[in-house]
Order: sequence, then C-alpha cells, then structure tokens
Amino acid sequence: MREWYIKNGPESDVVMSTRIRLARNFNDFPFPSKMSREDGEKVLDKVKEAIFGRGRAISENFQFEDIQKMDPIQRQALVEKHLISPDLAESQAHGGVVISDDEKISIMINEEDHLRIQCLFAGLQLKEAWDLCNKIDNLLEETIDYAFDERFGYLTCCPTNIGTGIRASVMLHLPALVMTGYIKGILEICSKLGIAVRGLYGENTEASGNMFQISNQVSLGQTEDEIISSINSITRQIIDQERSIRKELHKQNAYRFEDKIYRSLGLLSNARIISSEEALKLLSDVRLGVYMGIINDININVLNEIQLLVQPANLQKSVGRALSPDERDIKRAEVIRNKLKRN
Amino acid sequence: MLCQKCQKRVAKVQLTQIINNNKSVLFLCEYCAREEEKYNFGSPFSINDFLSGIMGFPYMTSVPQHNQNLICDKCGMSYNEFNKTGKIGCSNCYKVYGDKLVPLLRRLHGNIQYNGKIPSRAFGSVKLSREITKLKEQLDAAIKNEEYEKAAVLRDQIRNLESKSNK
Ligand SMILES: [Zn+2]
Ligand SMILES: [Zn+2]
Repeated sequence: MREWYIKNGPESDVVMSTRIRLARNFNDFPFPSKMSREDGEKVLDKVKEAIFGRGRAISENFQFEDIQKMDPIQRQALVEKHLISPDLAESQAHGGVVISDDEKISIMINEEDHLRIQCLFAGLQLKEAWDLCNKIDNLLEETIDYAFDERFGYLTCCPTNIGTGIRASVMLHLPALVMTGYIKGILEICSKLGIAVRGLYGENTEASGNMFQISNQVSLGQTEDEIISSINSITRQIIDQERSIRKELHKQNAYRFEDKIYRSLGLLSNARIISSEEALKLLSDVRLGVYMGIINDININVLNEIQLLVQPANLQKSVGRALSPDERDIKRAEVIRNKLKRN
Repeated sequence: MLCQKCQKRVAKVQLTQIINNNKSVLFLCEYCAREEEKYNFGSPFSINDFLSGIMGFPYMTSVPQHNQNLICDKCGMSYNEFNKTGKIGCSNCYKVYGDKLVPLLRRLHGNIQYNGKIPSRAFGSVKLSREITKLKEQLDAAIKNEEYEKAAVLRDQIRNLESKSNK
C-alpha cells in the first residue's frame, strides 16, 4: 500500500496523523462565496495551469478531480480520508481538488478560500508536513498572484485564518486519558492556551474511538515555525501523559486491562453485525493492545486499514455499490473479520 | 488508584513536577492536588510546560461602534454585511475596511503584527518595512533610555530606509 495512512509514523502509539493546511486566495478574484460561476471556472483553470501547465515541476504525481462530477459516495469517501472538507463535498459550484498519488497532498479549489493546500503525514511529523506544504505553496506562487497584505499577511475569507493562513493539527488516540478522566484537564488547558480540540468528550468519547484532534487557533502574529513548535510541544506533553497512564493502568490491574482488550478483539474478529461506532470503539482497544505489546500477532497497518474501511462511504466504495444502513453493518463486520483473519 | 499523598481518596489528577531536571509524577486526589498547587504556583499537568513556545494570547477589546457603512468597490461587500456573515468578500475589502477589522483580529489572534512567510513577489518591500518597524522600536527604546546619540543614528537609518521604500 502506498497510501500514507496505512503506514506508521513517529510516535504512532499516540499520534495517528499530522496535517498542515494553508489558506490562500487569488488577489484579483472575489472569494468563492462572492464569486460568479465564470470566475469560479477561471480560478479552477488557473490552478490547473499552475500544477499541470507545461514545464511545471510537480504535474506528474497529481490528479485533478471535479467535485461536480462525483457521486455522493465518492465525495464522502474523500471526506473520510480527510482529502476534502465536508463543505467542499457539498459545494454546488466550481469546486475541485488536486490530489497527489500517495494521497499526502491535497489542494482544494474554491472551498471557503480559493485554495486550501494541505499535507497529511502519518504519526507526528509537523515539521515535515510544513516543509512539504511550503514547497507546494512556493510552486503555486510562481504563477498565481496571491492576495497578500503587508500588514495582515495572506488574506482569507474568514478572519480566523488570516496572516499565515496556517492550521497545524494532530490526531491523537488517547484511550488512557479518557478511561481515567484526565482528558478533561488536558482539554481545559488546551482551551486556555488557544489550542482548539475537536473530538467528542463525555458519553460518546469511546464511540468515536477516543480520537482527538488538536490544532492552533491563532494564525496571525506568530511565525509558522512558532505555531508549529507550540503544537508540537503540547502534543509531546500529551503523549507523555498518555503513555505513563497506559503503563500505570496496566500495572495496577494487568488481568482486567488485558481482559478488556482481548474481549474487544474477540468481538471485533467474530461479530456478524457491527455499527461504525462500535467498530471504532473496539478498534481503539485493540490498537491500544497492539501498541502495549499485549497483542502480538496483529500488524498495526491492518488496523489502520480497517479504521478507514469501517467508515460508511469507504465501506460502500470497497463493495462497489450503495448499501442500506443494515447491509452496511453486516458488510462491515465481514470486512473486519477478513482483515483480522490470522493465519 | 488511591491518591499517593493521602492514600484515602481516589486519585484524579496527575501532577508532573520538574525539580532540578528531575521529573516526578504524582497521582493525587483533587483535594491534595489543590494543596500541592498552592506551593508550586502551577496547575496539574504543569501549565508552565505548556506555555513554553506560545507567544501570543488572545485578549479582549471592545469593538468600536461606527455608523458609516463602508462598501468594497470591487466585490460589493459592505462592512455591515461582513458583520452579519463574518466572511470577507475579496482582497480589496481588506483595503476598504481593514482598519475596522483590527479590534476583531486582536480578539482572535492577540498579537496582530504579521510575522509569517512573505511571497517572493512582495519580499523586497515587506522586508524593508519590517526593518523599519524594528528600527523604530529601537529608536523608542533609545529615547526612553536617554541615549540620544544612538537615537540620532537610528533616526537617520529610518529616514534612509523610508526614502527607499517610497521609491
Ligand atoms: Zn489525597
Ligand atoms: Zn471586496
């Protein structure tokens, strides 16, 4: 598999993935919400020209996808892979996306801003993701006249993204912090520091697989490097907390701990009907078990693959047709069973 | 798990302390954690660690009231319309009512001095104006410290750069 999300990155026992996104706009077109259909087409053409035009350095490894021509399942499958935003998937006009072959880079066109350049990496790789994003940005800038202001930096449709236009985010798997309730303290501190946390907390945390995304809220007044290093240092501290609590929990009651993990594995590899919520919850336990060395005969890449396949659109895409919710739950269980079959 | 200090209540807080480069981790109940905090001026999870590397904090300022409605001549978006939708219409809008956005930007971002990447097209002029801003800060400091000779030198440097940037 060449796709990045199957692979494991640094600190992947806690960090699922890293994403850097840059918001950019054309200087001489109204922003997408104020744009005529013609202008929308022009922006699409100019971006395509900037990437696929003659003599362009990056053209070979990219594909352009016209959002209008995709069916809802295809669109949703891209959303589940984080390659496009839900907003772009629902857009009615002139939305497009350019995706690299390895699905690490996606350039959304005519989303809220003319351009949303994003790079996705496995594990914790903020610096690497920023370097790549920066490179793509430089290449586009050779032919695109960006909306830039000395005082405010890169101009964006929403004032929350102005300045660097950067959003650095990491997806974290925090089962131990959730189990002990310490997650609450982490979330409170993040919010005090102007760090946004997305993820369900409360009754539904387990159902979303104990996944949390943290990202910067401030995009003006700091350099890109400062923004990235603050997200990095907070992430490192959360990693330390999560790891030490995992160990502590296991030490306190190894039998109970391992029992929970093996029960989840049993359910996951034998169920005949399973909702995506239940699957994500069980996957979280199994993932924890693999990383703690409790389960030794399952490759983490298989779990990464399942993580994506259990989601509705990618499940239907893999089957090749639309499924009713009931059919999905049956098919999902089957897909998971096959992936987890041990030889 | 029981609190490692009182051994009575359930531990709910992990306290990380770094004393002389030695990291210690304590699992405490909420009561003991609060007691511990009083001595250490920090919150559980050691907020100071989290703080390092973070430069700007959002702070509150009130939005001044203006009656005059500014309208962008390029996209037709008015300042009032922006106030309703929260979305800007085009890059020219920032020229037309950018000043009015400053309090909002301060609230969102804290520090609003742009320090980030510069597109190569704008590189020369932005670099120059950053240089001027820096010298002006030094000039203010020099005057404050009554270092008038230094101030005179800085003033000349600023004039010199300003004449370049006006060309
Ligand atoms: Zn206690
Ligand atoms: Zn405008």
